[in-house]
Amino acid sequence: MSTKTFRVIFMFLLLAIMAIPAVAAEPVKIGALFSITGPPSFLGEPERNTAQMVVDEINKSGGLKGRKIELVIYDTQGDPTKANQAATRLIKDDKVVAIIGPSTTGETMAIIPIIEKAKIPLISCAAGVKITEPVKKWVFKTAQNDALAVARIYEQLKKRRISKVAILTVSDGFGSSGREQLISQAKNYNIQVISDETYGPKDTDMTAQVTKIRGSQAQALICWGTNPGPAVVARNVKQLGLKIPLYMSHGVSSKKFIELAGDAGEGIILPSGRVLVANFLPNSDPQKKALIAYVKNYQKRYKTEGDHFGGHAWDAVMLLKGAIERGDDTPAAIRDQLEQTKSFSGIGGIFNFSTQDHAGLTKDAFVLVEVKKNKWILVKE
Amino acid sequence: MTKSQRDIIIFTAFGLAVMITPLLLRGNYLLNVFVFIGINTMLAVALNLLLGFAGQISLGHAAFFGLGAYISGILTTRYAFDPWMAMVAAALCVGVIAFIIGFPILKLKGHYLAMATLGFGIIVYIIFNETVDWTGGPSGMSGIPNLSLGPIIFDSYMTNYYLIWVFTLLTMLLSVNLANSRIGRALRAIHDSEVAARVMGVNVRLLKVQIFTVSALISALAGSLYAHTMTFIAPASFGFNFSVELVTMVIIGGLGSIYGSFLGAAILTLLPEFLRVFHDFDIVIYGLLLIVMTIFMPGGLIGGFEALAAAINRRKEA
Repeated sequence: MSTKTFRVIFMFLLLAIMAIPAVAAEPVKIGALFSITGPPSFLGEPERNTAQMVVDEINKSGGLKGRKIELVIYDTQGDPTKANQAATRLIKDDKVVAIIGPSTTGETMAIIPIIEKAKIPLISCAAGVKITEPVKKWVFKTAQNDALAVARIYEQLKKRRISKVAILTVSDGFGSSGREQLISQAKNYNIQVISDETYGPKDTDMTAQVTKIRGSQAQALICWGTNPGPAVVARNVKQLGLKIPLYMSHGVSSKKFIELAGDAGEGIILPSGRVLVANFLPNSDPQKKALIAYVKNYQKRYKTEGDHFGGHAWDAVMLLKGAIERGDDTPAAIRDQLEQTKSFSGIGGIFNFSTQDHAGLTKDAFVLVEVKKNKWILVKE
Repeated sequence: MTKSQRDIIIFTAFGLAVMITPLLLRGNYLLNVFVFIGINTMLAVALNLLLGFAGQISLGHAAFFGLGAYISGILTTRYAFDPWMAMVAAALCVGVIAFIIGFPILKLKGHYLAMATLGFGIIVYIIFNETVDWTGGPSGMSGIPNLSLGPIIFDSYMTNYYLIWVFTLLTMLLSVNLANSRIGRALRAIHDSEVAARVMGVNVRLLKVQIFTVSALISALAGSLYAHTMTFIAPASFGFNFSVELVTMVIIGGLGSIYGSFLGAAILTLLPEFLRVFHDFDIVIYGLLLIVMTIFMPGGLIGGFEALAAAINRRKEA
């Protein structure tokens, strides 16, 4: 054998040796769609950060059955058209086995037809009831339904013997969904909505609406919106000397709200995921360990506090991890395993999926929290 | 070769290129992006008729696009209209709306016209958001049926591509012809000087309203096509940002150039796809590219290419 042929053979052998580990370590590709920029960036940014953090943690501790996870993230800017293009790209070009996100209900609804046709499991991080009702075969979600948050507030109002409420909701997707639930559930708790006001997402003064509510017989005010609107409402309520209890939605359950509202935030009660009050939870709470670890790790990596929006992405990634560990990593196997997920303790709550329920949470996913001395504390019930 | 012969050759070549593109992109996600390029081209060409030829700005064209989409969506999902009929109804409806608001709005000039059209766009956007019972509000409207023609249902990327591009090519053909006609010349006269145009016997007021109506009608048609291909619509797609994006497409491509509008639409739709590799910096790079293009090619891409070709010719001769 001449040296030349020998060299060629040797090189091929070398190549073959190098190629073997490369094949074995082929990563599991998971797609992610978040509104990192655009109006819903307050959702998309913590979600993206969290997803990246969780995936890095999984990869560092050995990956999924020895394979690394590769997270392909695209920004959808809150726009259904962009979500459609990005989802198509994830499916056709990146060939992902599952997708997490998008951040908003509109974007999720926009890509459901593509998802169902491509038969790729989707775990949405948006809250809209429409996403999982009626149940779609390939679509799951981790964000708590607004209906559960409303039920939590009404339960407490009933205990406090309050029967006449005023509602003040923001005119965007979050607010209109909340308004719908507040009105439709009221009669189940013998509560009357006697004042129904709205404000625009960019309004900077709600004195007019609050003055109107002050003139009504309302015994409590429920404000439904995301930052910064509700903080303005809180300040207007204080300025106008309105003395009735003020309730808000989980849309403002973050430290940011207390910063924005200042002293006016004192005494405001709202339903929230447990992440906000992780330290106050009894040790028997099954979520406590994961919650404290999440808050700590997020703080360490991003220098700000992890909130429950980021938690939706944490839940989505961990649900996928569980599904892939239990079964195969084909889209169909992942879907089947997801559907069988039982008592998974996440950030948003304890998930139990079934063929009839792809949202998986009950109203226990929410606790009531109150602002006391510029801190969130757990309301004892 | 006369100008009209040249136009026919260019259009045929362009049409052929469009028709064979899917064969080169087989199964690629870019096919879906090209569907949106088709829709955006239609919109950019429609806006170019108004902005490039007649010299009238509109910062509210996303509203016409949205109205087309929503009228189509509401008629098909709530009143069981045939999608094609809904499309015709939507286009006519929007045409009438544009004709009515055109008279007062187009009396305005410059900044005031920009403000008025912007106001119209915002009002329509608010209506989409607030009339929840009709439009589904901010979280959108789903279940809009696909278009179908006999046995063909336009529900795949491939079929959608041909559906959209047939309409886009027809729009371009119409616009090229319009530009070369008496009306096109009258519009360009208005662009340069309304007084001079009026002195030459052009009915300036009516013509502006007419071209505004045609432009809105084509935008509505694009909206209907969008609704029936996406099968889902939400107000976020029809906001002020998109109106500005459309104006950018027209200006980047070249005012008054039909193929320029295609280039503008293609670049603004494709660029973000290619810039995704830069992750968080994609928006910055995107913005920089747009600034560079407007500074160094004030006549748009088509104008820039022409200037480049002329410069090369001059050098050859020298």
